[in-house]
Amino acid sequence: MSKVYNLMFAGVGGQGSLLIAELTSIAAAHAGYDVKQTEVHGVSQRGGSVETHVRFGDKVYSPIVTPGEADAVIALEKLEALRFAHYLNPTAGVILVNTYEIVPGSVVNADKMYPYETIEYLRGKGLHVLTLPASQIARDLGDGRMANVVMIGALSTRIPIPDSSWQKALHLRLPARYLEGNLKAFAAGKQAVEAEIVSN
Amino acid sequence: METNAKPKTETQPVRELLLANQAIARGAWEAGVTFAAGYPGTPSTEIIETLAKRYPETNPRWSTNEKVAFEEGMGAAIGGLRVLVTMKHVGLNVAADAFMVFPYSGTNGGFVFISADDPGMHSSQNEQDNRYYGRMGKVPILEPSDAQECRDFVIAAFDLSEQFSTPVMLRTTTRLAHHKGLVDVGPRREVSQREFVADAKRFSVPIYRKLHRPKVEERLEALRAYAETCSFNRVEHSDNAVGVITSGISYQYVKEVLPDAGVLRLGMTYPLPPEMLRDFCGRYQTVYVVEEGESFIEEYMLSLGINNIQGKALFGVIGEYSPGRLRQALNLGAAVPQPFTEDIMLLPRPPMFCVGCGHRTVFSALRQLKVTVAGDIGCYTMGALPPFEAEHTTFCMGASIGTAVGLERAGHDKVVAIIGDSTFIHAGIPPLIDAVYNGSKLTLVILDNSTTGMTGDQPHAATGYNALGQETHKLNLVAMCKATGVENITVVDTWQRKEVARALRKAVKYNGPSVVIAQGPCMQLPEMKRRGIPPYTVIEELCTQCDACFKVWCPAIKRTAANFPLIAGDECTSCTVCAQVCPTEAIVLAETAVVA
Repeated sequence: MSKVYNLMFAGVGGQGSLLIAELTSIAAAHAGYDVKQTEVHGVSQRGGSVETHVRFGDKVYSPIVTPGEADAVIALEKLEALRFAHYLNPTAGVILVNTYEIVPGSVVNADKMYPYETIEYLRGKGLHVLTLPASQIARDLGDGRMANVVMIGALSTRIPIPDSSWQKALHLRLPARYLEGNLKAFAAGKQAVEAEIVSN
Repeated sequence: METNAKPKTETQPVRELLLANQAIARGAWEAGVTFAAGYPGTPSTEIIETLAKRYPETNPRWSTNEKVAFEEGMGAAIGGLRVLVTMKHVGLNVAADAFMVFPYSGTNGGFVFISADDPGMHSSQNEQDNRYYGRMGKVPILEPSDAQECRDFVIAAFDLSEQFSTPVMLRTTTRLAHHKGLVDVGPRREVSQREFVADAKRFSVPIYRKLHRPKVEERLEALRAYAETCSFNRVEHSDNAVGVITSGISYQYVKEVLPDAGVLRLGMTYPLPPEMLRDFCGRYQTVYVVEEGESFIEEYMLSLGINNIQGKALFGVIGEYSPGRLRQALNLGAAVPQPFTEDIMLLPRPPMFCVGCGHRTVFSALRQLKVTVAGDIGCYTMGALPPFEAEHTTFCMGASIGTAVGLERAGHDKVVAIIGDSTFIHAGIPPLIDAVYNGSKLTLVILDNSTTGMTGDQPHAATGYNALGQETHKLNLVAMCKATGVENITVVDTWQRKEVARALRKAVKYNGPSVVIAQGPCMQLPEMKRRGIPPYTVIEELCTQCDACFKVWCPAIKRTAANFPLIAGDECTSCTVCAQVCPTEAIVLAETAVVA
């Protein structure tokens, strides 16, 4: 059986991790792959952790990614990177982390307990961690909310989906008034990896 | 990771990437549905939403509750229309009265209803395998395995319903309902309305019901014979010694974990095909029965005397299945990795009230009053959690009021029931009538946020809009409460924290039943997001670091390194509550905060 790609998108409700998972699914479908995606709805949309699984390949059965098998974990926030890092294939996968911290507002004294040292910790566990300041890159482009699209720009350098399919997905899914900014955000994320300004 | 794999060509046609719930809506539209009704409930909500957004010719509506939706559907179906009714698993408890009698008369136009079960209880108070309802009501149950089948099965379900004159249950589970896949779609079939023939023997007089009782059994036997050959059930034989019998989303996990096993995929799980099951099991040494929920298929197989099967003892009845879970149960491959927790704090991130949510002031005040609070179903169940911890029971839709009345009887001198506007309309009105009728002195708080919040903001009767966004009569909640006999009714702006606290204090002291309606729209409503939102800010020179604003528990208020509060400008919703609690007026509108 040919390879099925496993992706796990992690973030905090409101960061748009669901949107970039969907953009990835649309891009994969446009590139001719079978694709499945699943996410948890319900109260999790109220500022909690959000996890979305995307799988694509010639033929995909389960929409669920099994821990230990993700080719890439895309984390829009550091604590969420830690929460879902065990999904990563520890030998062949890469975890892309936006170096951005959102201290849980619903936990008393969370700022004192937040795992600020997550990146070093995960590298210590032997995982391949790529960090990039996606929120900063997006803010520099005019809107911090585009950090999510910066992240899929970075992701695009790691999975076999052609640029034209990503462009198509962005055109199909985003409102016209946000398109130009997001195309730039996507390019910036991609460039960040190619120019190796990401931290390896 | 393999990064240089060849990209596929782009010439293949792009099918629609649909959420399974959207595929169900699409199937209903293609099947020629002209009436659809439901009440929001995770994981079923997107079906009616999709019909409203994309397929208004199906005449979708949000009904006041699932029983009403089901009854409206029954009427439309015996009137000759094709009807879809949607609900989450517990919605069928509400609709059960109608559901249990409908099969006696049978339907005229096709009648299909969705029961969206929630194993894992992602957004529910219980796990409940509604296939037992199907068996109890003696109606066929279909279980699709992916988004494509959600569309296909819905279309076929209407033909099945009309062929056997029976309501048909289509059961989904959370992982099925909330996954997306590629779906081939087709055009809408225009189905002409069937003629309604008034027939008292069939539709009304109870003494004639006895005549229909044998017909229910005859239909069931006919359906059982149909199940042996119908296209919903599919056999994929192999030379392997292991066979698997499965249904629903679990089929996908089986294909991942046991790719070489023989598979009997049951798309119709009631009535089950005895010969097909016997024949399949006769070909394999060991047969695993993999079904999410209870041991519904397995129990039936045991009753047939088939004994080379292993099911729930291996895979369990609690929670969702997954490929990893099946692998572990079958001891295949390495152990599935667990989250990293060694030598690091994996902080939880539980859900919470949104920035600016109007429920906060109410729970702060209730916490101060130290009263017993019976809660209900909605975002406000979070009032039971830290930091508020001001809600002491949550059971089911509308239960707050009845529970409060009972707690009062049990010796709690003043009990508060708290319920949202949509839930009040759904199931809160009969218990309020009862509370007054039977002499309760409870205080009822209605959190009126002008929407059905937790399921993603659907309109209801007191919003003045229907599912299609058209203006309609707006139910008056004050008049409704007044009509039950409650005389002490106070309406407050939920963002005026002192007014909220005062109203609750007075209501609780009042010697008789009282109602406080805390009004303020949900911050997730598009009109609330669209309004001009001037953010607030902290003037550090005036701040004494008393931490009063932190005790509002607003996620937009962060702490700086120097221990000052910092309001995230792009998160603030301008609700003003933090500014109200600040004793030194250090929190002001950002636009007026002129730096000296």
